[in-house]
Amino acid sequence: MTGDIVPEKPVRDAIEVRGVSKIFGAGEGRVAALDDVSVSIRENEFFTLLGPSGCGKTTLLRLIAGFDFPTSGQIMLHGEDIAPLPPFKRPVNTVFQNYALFPHMTVAQNIGFGLEMLGRPKAEIEARVAAMLKLVQMEKLAGRRTSQISGGQQQRVALARALAPAPKVLLLDEPLSALDFKLRKEMQIELKRLQHETGITFIFVTHDQEEALTMSDRIAVMSSGRILQVGGPRDIYDHPAERFVANFIGDTNFLPATVLSSAGGKARVKLASGIEIDAPLPAGFTPGSEVTVVVRPEHARLMREASTLNGTVENVVYFGTDTHFHVALDQGRGFVVRQQNARSGEAGVSAGDRVGIFVGDGAAQVLKD
Amino acid sequence: MASAGEGRGVALRRTGFSVKRQTGFGVIAWLCFFMLYLPILTLVLFSFNADQSMAVWGGFSFRWYESAWHNQTVQDASLRSLQIAFIAAILATVAATMAALATTRGRAFRGEQAAYAMINTPLIVPEIVTATALLIFFASIKVSTGYTGLGYLIAAHTAFCIPFAYLPIRARLESMDLTLETAAGDLYATPWQAFRRITLPLLWPGIIAGLMLAFVISLDDVVITELVKSGGQDTLPTYMLGQLRRIVTPEINAISTVFLLLSVVIVTLFFLLSRQRS
Ligand SMILES: Nc1ncnc2c1ncn2[C@@H]1O[C@H](COP(=O)(O)OP(=O)(O)O)[C@@H](O)[C@H]1O
Ligand SMILES: [Mg+2]
Repeated sequence: MTGDIVPEKPVRDAIEVRGVSKIFGAGEGRVAALDDVSVSIRENEFFTLLGPSGCGKTTLLRLIAGFDFPTSGQIMLHGEDIAPLPPFKRPVNTVFQNYALFPHMTVAQNIGFGLEMLGRPKAEIEARVAAMLKLVQMEKLAGRRTSQISGGQQQRVALARALAPAPKVLLLDEPLSALDFKLRKEMQIELKRLQHETGITFIFVTHDQEEALTMSDRIAVMSSGRILQVGGPRDIYDHPAERFVANFIGDTNFLPATVLSSAGGKARVKLASGIEIDAPLPAGFTPGSEVTVVVRPEHARLMREASTLNGTVENVVYFGTDTHFHVALDQGRGFVVRQQNARSGEAGVSAGDRVGIFVGDGAAQVLKD
Repeated sequence: MASAGEGRGVALRRTGFSVKRQTGFGVIAWLCFFMLYLPILTLVLFSFNADQSMAVWGGFSFRWYESAWHNQTVQDASLRSLQIAFIAAILATVAATMAALATTRGRAFRGEQAAYAMINTPLIVPEIVTATALLIFFASIKVSTGYTGLGYLIAAHTAFCIPFAYLPIRARLESMDLTLETAAGDLYATPWQAFRRITLPLLWPGIIAGLMLAFVISLDDVVITELVKSGGQDTLPTYMLGQLRRIVTPEINAISTVFLLLSVVIVTLFFLLSRQRS
């Protein structure tokens, strides 16, 4: 797991967002695209902003790039407030969602544009453009117009163009969303490689939770202009803090429960079936509180005998690598268990069977509602 | 696949209303074409008449082209036409470019709709009204300053050419991706550099198209020129109009034919340019 690697250099904040709000319009049409957002992005980090469309991801990137200004709050780059800097003075580059390549220039001219505007000597620009072309494996197409290359190639040129001036931070706004599945998978690996090789801080925007989980060092989950949770992929997946996060990332079972006692971030909770289990608990719950407990489908186990939860199998869906069992619980709603398919010929559970569902200690997580 | 597609095409053709299938459509269409082009064809044909008649064919010759070429008044009027059209088209295009940038770039400003309407009113106001207004307006200036040069004609032509130059430039600007300018700014280009290196090169075909349209419109103008010009300031169209009131020879046909050719060439170039997509 990338999150477990201990960084060699002391960790510094590349970008610090402090209490930033962005309001569009006024009166009836007032939209708070960002609502008191605070987040720190570390140097050399692959940081992802994840959230559904319209949650304010692009707005936050635009504020960091300087295309727009916050209504309130501060944005710091390496500890300095960048509010007075126009975009063309910020050492931050963007890969745009639609690439925004200059159609009247060649691939090489596009890549060299930033350095040219910085007034770098011609020889240096040429050397740097050649290095960038090599980095994104586009040497052969240097002289092509950007309209004469494929979508995947345009994506690479956009990346090379933004990386060429060696920015402190690279902003990527859903850069892979226009690519087809196979190319997207390729570019995910490519992006990780580029980030590793250049050591530049990446702020990556996506609405695809799987993309976020596989690529990021840390993820900020956003909804309606707010950041709900920041953490490593494991953290976010295993310990979602809010119902929205649990629901947005991966499949989840929600169970009503009552807190019996709590100590040291752990709680004893009683499920509707009367069974008691231990589950991590966010601060602020007192015994007796009604809470929601989440259990990931793959963290529960299907049993032949009565267990933590009991019910009747309604549906069995085969997915090749694993199978999903949809169980109607005796108390309350449905529950999905995902089990990896081992060798074939296993005596299967089928629809109509009575089953128990084992939820071990630590498989459940209490949500702050 | 192909047959299914064709099948649907046939069905569509059968159900959709098609003006082409209405009785009489062909006849009306051909009548319109005749009315438009037969007179022009006759005009061109008789420019090559060896006789002085404009109705009886007396054999093929270039004599009227030669006589027009050597006619000092025609030469002067042609040069004056070109001079006015050239200067007015450039001035109008510069103004139109700035107007188009102001009305499509940046935040919407107060009175933007009004500005847009004002730029385009010359297309709606009857030309004779504009011409009369200009005549009276310039007359008072002439009296007070004593200046009687080509300036009045150039100013008037510039004014009525602006909306024509404006249209293709604005169309080009509107189809241009605004994130390109944002991207240039992101890559350390100052606003001026972004304009010079990104906006202007992409806008260029629109500007050239606007320039050519303005040039043709200026070249072709009669009404305003006729009322605004001072003595001895005939342009080619007003000279021709004057000639038609006197003895008419196929020399007029020859001049018209050359004029027609010039307009066709410029308008063709205009269409080629405005079709070109980025
Ligand atoms: N220029 C703008 N004017 C008005 N509202 C805007 C503007 N830009 C964004 N918004 C609104 O702000 C919210 C967040 O938008 P955005 O940051 O683009 O979301 P995302 O990138 O996460 O899809 C949306 O509700 C959007 O309608
Ligand atoms: Mg967006």
